[in-house]
Amino acid sequence: MTDDDAVVVLRDVQYAIGTREIFNGLNLRVRRGSITAVMGPSGTGKTTLLRLIMGQILARRGEVRVFGQQVASLDRRALYRLRQRVGMLFQNGALLTDLSVFENVAFPLREHADLPEAVLRELVLMKLQAVGLRGAADLMPAELSGGMARRVALARAIVMDPELLIYDEPFVGLDPISMGVIVRLIQSLNRLLGITSIVVSHDVRIISAMADYSYLLSGGKVIAEGSPAELCKEKSDAVQQFMSGTPDGPVPFHYPAPDYFEQLLARTKACAPSDS
Amino acid sequence: MALSALGKVGSISLFLVRVLGQCLPALARPGLVIRQIYNAGARSLVIIMLSGLFVGMVLGLQGYQLLARFGSESALGMAAALGMIKELGPVLTALLFAGRAGTSLCSEIGLMGATDQLAAMEMMAVDPVRHVVAPRFLGGLIAVPLLAAIFSCIGIYGAQLIGVTMMRIEPGTFWSQMQSAVGLRDVNEGLIKSVVFGAACSLIAVYEGYHAEPTAEGVGLATTRTVVTSAVVVLLLDYMLTAAFL
Repeated sequence: MTDDDAVVVLRDVQYAIGTREIFNGLNLRVRRGSITAVMGPSGTGKTTLLRLIMGQILARRGEVRVFGQQVASLDRRALYRLRQRVGMLFQNGALLTDLSVFENVAFPLREHADLPEAVLRELVLMKLQAVGLRGAADLMPAELSGGMARRVALARAIVMDPELLIYDEPFVGLDPISMGVIVRLIQSLNRLLGITSIVVSHDVRIISAMADYSYLLSGGKVIAEGSPAELCKEKSDAVQQFMSGTPDGPVPFHYPAPDYFEQLLARTKACAPSDS
Repeated sequence: MALSALGKVGSISLFLVRVLGQCLPALARPGLVIRQIYNAGARSLVIIMLSGLFVGMVLGLQGYQLLARFGSESALGMAAALGMIKELGPVLTALLFAGRAGTSLCSEIGLMGATDQLAAMEMMAVDPVRHVVAPRFLGGLIAVPLLAAIFSCIGIYGAQLIGVTMMRIEPGTFWSQMQSAVGLRDVNEGLIKSVVFGAACSLIAVYEGYHAEPTAEGVGLATTRTVVTSAVVVLLLDYMLTAAFL
């Protein structure tokens, strides 16, 4: 893949929060028109990666390019112009709680497009219909379930017909029917409109079914990449552990801690009555 | 300690410049600002009117007792009006505003941050300072002088209730003394003070909310800081403005 084919390019990216290193030498490319999955154990910085791509945070070292533009060098106005070409679905939906479902979806259009009210209404209802929530247009976000809120957020993310769609854990909390609809929607947006998608998810089964290319992150780096079928065949223990979901392997399940037995023993000693 | 306080003053000043820069675009959408004037102003009316009435009545009682010692009870109208318009109206309104509307502004913006709503706006290429902060700042800035005027009027009425109805001061004397002593300069002093206090309280509330830690505890702490800082700043500014107007 050349840089011309790539919508997003991360090259040797290093990022840390305080002294905690999140990425060290991260390299990643997202091909135009593809569905690219980013997977990895919890706490590997998948959401941080999305924030780097959107220019919400800046890498300490390395290069983040989106649509050929280096994100770190953009001023606020240029960054906002770039973001108008991108839609993002937040993990928790992030709906504006003082606006109705309809107004939430209409929000980007009202801000960026000078449309007649009738056209705006048609567009919003079309997007709500696509996520199956046209009937909920007048509800407030507080009246929605978590899954419904995420579907509304998806309608809002696609209302501007973006060139790049970023999904942060889009399948969490969805019932099987909604999940099927959302998967088909992501796929049809990709196939019919040529929208490039980046999907962050833990769901290996769904990702395997829909992604063209996958990256597996661990320890601040990409430890494996390729099509889902290639990842499944990957011999590396870390990849196999993640793909098969086993707790034992090179990727630690437990947060670093002192020896369990010694810690329990120390507590027992501290609680024991003194001999004197 | 001093360095950190200086840093915070610098940070608030930079934030003020950013907010002021977004005030004109925010005014281009009057609906957003009017909604905030309603939230911060109209919803504070009951507490402002009740407080104004009782403060005016206390002023009437204390003023009458004091003036009676010198046989100048007839000056109660003048004393109450000057006290309310120049000092008590702007200061107490600002303190009540900080407690009632400032906390609400701060926690609302803080929770928007904690639930990723501000980040979502950023991602949709909408500046949250223009869409969320500036309308709330303007709402407070416009609401406080209006509330202070209502507070002062009700307060003067409260003082009149005590002075004229209870203490039997001649109504004509009460009102004419007030009319002859209170000039446009006094009204302007009260107006300028309330505008400055309104700007200070609104700025502190939106700053603390916008910079609150995105946790329940963080929003709670920011709300507390809003009330404490607003109270201290209002009293400090009141001293400085009073000295400047002398």
